[in-house]
Amino acid sequence: MNFELSTDQKLLVETVRAFVQKESPPGRLRSLRSDALGFSRDLWRKMGELGWLALPFPERFGGLEQSFVEVSLVLEQLGAGLVPEPYLGAIVFAGGLLAEAGTDAQREQWLAPLATGESLLAVAHAERGSRFEPSSVATTATATGDGYVLRGEKHFVLWGNAADAFIVSARTAGATHEARGVSLFLVPKAAAGLRVDALATTDGHRAARLTFDGAHVARDAVVGSVDDGVRPLSLAIDRATAGASAEAVGVMREALNLTVAYLGTREQFGVKIGTFQALQHRAVDMFIETELARSMAMLAALRAESKDDEERVRAVSAAKAHVAASGRFVTAQAIQLHGGIGISDEHDIGLYFKRMHALATLFGDEEHHLARFAARKAFATLET
Amino acid sequence: MDLSFSAEHDAFRAEVRAFLKTNLPPHLRAKADVDAHFEMPEIMEWHRILYKKGWVAPHWPNEHGGPGWDAARRFILTEELELAGTPGLSPFGLIMVGPLIMQFGTDAQKARFLPKILSGEEVWCQGYSEPNAGSDLASLKLRADDDGKGNFVLNGQKTWTTYAQYADWIFVLARTDSSGPKHKGISFLLVPMKTKGLVVKPFLSIGNTLAFSETFFEDVLVPRENLVGPLHGGWSLAKALLGHERTFIASVGASTRLLARVKRIAAETRTPAGVLFDDPIVRAKIAAMEIKLEGLRMANYRAIAGAQLGHAPGPESSLLKIRGSEILQQLFELAMSIMGHDSLSWFNGASSVPPIEEWVPSQWAYYRASTIYGGSNEIQRNVIAKMILNLPGA
Ligand SMILES: Cc1cc2nc3c(=O)[nH]c(=O)nc-3n(C[C@H](O)[C@H](O)[C@H](O)COP(=O)(O)OP(=O)(O)OC[C@H]3O[C@@H](n4cnc5c(N)ncnc54)[C@H](O)[C@@H]3O)c2cc1C
Ligand SMILES: Cc1cc2nc3c(=O)[nH]c(=O)nc-3n(C[C@H](O)[C@H](O)[C@H](O)COP(=O)(O)OP(=O)(O)OC[C@H]3O[C@@H](n4cnc5c(N)ncnc54)[C@H](O)[C@@H]3O)c2cc1C
Repeated sequence: MNFELSTDQKLLVETVRAFVQKESPPGRLRSLRSDALGFSRDLWRKMGELGWLALPFPERFGGLEQSFVEVSLVLEQLGAGLVPEPYLGAIVFAGGLLAEAGTDAQREQWLAPLATGESLLAVAHAERGSRFEPSSVATTATATGDGYVLRGEKHFVLWGNAADAFIVSARTAGATHEARGVSLFLVPKAAAGLRVDALATTDGHRAARLTFDGAHVARDAVVGSVDDGVRPLSLAIDRATAGASAEAVGVMREALNLTVAYLGTREQFGVKIGTFQALQHRAVDMFIETELARSMAMLAALRAESKDDEERVRAVSAAKAHVAASGRFVTAQAIQLHGGIGISDEHDIGLYFKRMHALATLFGDEEHHLARFAARKAFATLET
Repeated sequence: MDLSFSAEHDAFRAEVRAFLKTNLPPHLRAKADVDAHFEMPEIMEWHRILYKKGWVAPHWPNEHGGPGWDAARRFILTEELELAGTPGLSPFGLIMVGPLIMQFGTDAQKARFLPKILSGEEVWCQGYSEPNAGSDLASLKLRADDDGKGNFVLNGQKTWTTYAQYADWIFVLARTDSSGPKHKGISFLLVPMKTKGLVVKPFLSIGNTLAFSETFFEDVLVPRENLVGPLHGGWSLAKALLGHERTFIASVGASTRLLARVKRIAAETRTPAGVLFDDPIVRAKIAAMEIKLEGLRMANYRAIAGAQLGHAPGPESSLLKIRGSEILQQLFELAMSIMGHDSLSWFNGASSVPPIEEWVPSQWAYYRASTIYGGSNEIQRNVIAKMILNLPGA
């Protein structure tokens, strides 16, 4: 076994880290609150020029065809800097889904401009009441002579405020919660009958609610096969889940660093508060949780692209459940050990706390992934 | 031992409920129904309504304009107000400085300040903490020098001053002597906010509310008659006041209401299988919280029963504060987890999530403070280790 990074991977980590420190200090999130977009297109294009947006895509569509480990390394650094640019939502989730399930024409049209930062894609799958189940889809797509008509509502579409097009799950057959009968459609934001309402999210990012009121799409808007959208969607969600875990590790690591630094400088009772054993032990527990979460995020990164459902789902769900619990503990304790300043919006630590909540929730929270883990065959075997 | 209230007390509870039905104004009720955030003017509006009824200060004795009730009646009123979700009254006058002035103030101070605290004509805030004096409060540096003409001159800074921007008065701990041990040179002063040289800068909390402020003092003149208790003897006053503050932050009422809100959210949250309140795991989690809260409530009852027999709340109140603040946070975490994607909605207005969920993310973030303010939980644990367990060197 070898967990060492290759020279290229180390270089990648170093470049992303340096870029993040220079271009996107954590406090940037605060100044972007008044910005309608919520991130910078220029910075996004720069990330495109550096090749990071192309990492996971096939070479023949302008990608670099790197493994998910490279993608995770980037995400961890973006997490550490609380970078709002939509890498997880647009590249890993939406781009990944299109790269996997799209037709050649769709991939030709969308992947290259996605990889250069020229255009953005978002996946619109969650609905009110769907919880985290990709098969739970009430939005309908009714076949007409030359295409489909969409009706329904989609919730908390990550960076949907900025997307040029959406990959939308809608029911072409079956009952609301059935796995079969869900299809995916590529819908441009300008489509008639589609309304996009921007939402602010708890972590200072943006999302959108989409309302489809008889939006018409052509037949060639179908992504993948008709009625069989849940499988590619689930695979994309698994990768995004692994990605969220990697990003969360960056968030935890930096929250721990900030806290340890604070314990070493803040004085009360004439001593550095880091000399109190009660706080030392808490910091050590935060460190342990971070290291275990990192180990689990690595497992998820290594298994994220596995075609073996059993192996992939187990690793991804185990990682997300672990990271969500560890991450909440670490960032909440980080605030606690900062005392009053931790409750102030001026200090960055609260931004880490809120970002962690979003990462813990997106693509399924702890409970969801525990249940999913426990539902696998491997869990039910009584043998060692 | 007996858990029941007397018939007289039950009748009083009914009276309170009837009063609330007709006297909570509709616009406040609408907010109470979904546990929205109350702004200070709304809090003061409700203060005046309770004042008119004679119920604004259940714990104040008759001679100072309180109702002179026994502990059980006081508890019932407080509990019913909290259960109804009415605006939580500002504690700084009613619970903190008011009782302190009764205990340590001169007759002139009592006459000058108490009636206006009661009526809500004057709003107070608490100037204890400073940038370098939080848990280590005794190291505070705000200076109050004698100008030889019957005034103190205040120079320095306070911070985390909750709602200073709305206050007419601030009570501060200031250093009047720096020659001896830290806690022996502190005095307790009452300062009008509109004094020259006193500047308030509100800032945002992580819940995106303008809860607290930095408060700056530059040559602020305070007449000597605004000193409460002995000169340099403010530390014992400060500690007496923290005792009052702590029982109030056990927040049993707030948590009881929050628990009900968690259930309502779970009952409204659809899932592929039905609603989350019917999910056995979610139910078990809520049940576990309900049981924890019941434990806290019983401990609080014991403290109240003790108070009724005349025992002052001692270091045991630290237990209520630790557990109360933790339960409050855990309930907010549970609400966020039940809300799922809705918990990602940040000030988007009622149309994006059900109204009962609208304020949860902001409150969830802000209430990380409950284990920090009023003496952090680490400090409370130190108190228990030292004062109750008598651990060596603690
Ligand atoms: C089942 C068992 C088998 C063992 N087998 C062997 C053996 O084969 N050979 C052998 O030599 N020894 C053996 N030990 C002894 C073992 O190494 C000691 O029990 C251990 O080092 C703890 O020492 P102690 O029992 O004196 O506890 P103490 O050192 O008295 O500790 C008591 C408590 O105080 C805590 N504590 C102590 N110092 C600190 C500190 N600075 N900060 C915070 N907390 C502190 C400890 O963590 C513990 O919780 C065995 C012990 C057990 C229980
Ligand atoms: C929302 C909010 C409202 C507030 N409102 C007011 C107000 O109206 N008026 C006012 O005067 N103050 C107010 N405060 C201030 C509050 O009382 C202080 O924040 C609190 O006392 C902690 O002090 P600190 O922030 O300086 O943290 P620090 O004292 O720096 O503590 C930092 C960390 O170290 C820990 N720690 C410190 N000493 C020890 C020790 N000996 N052993 C173990 N751990 C230790 C703490 O528990 C904490 O985790 C408010 C605070 C908040 C967050």
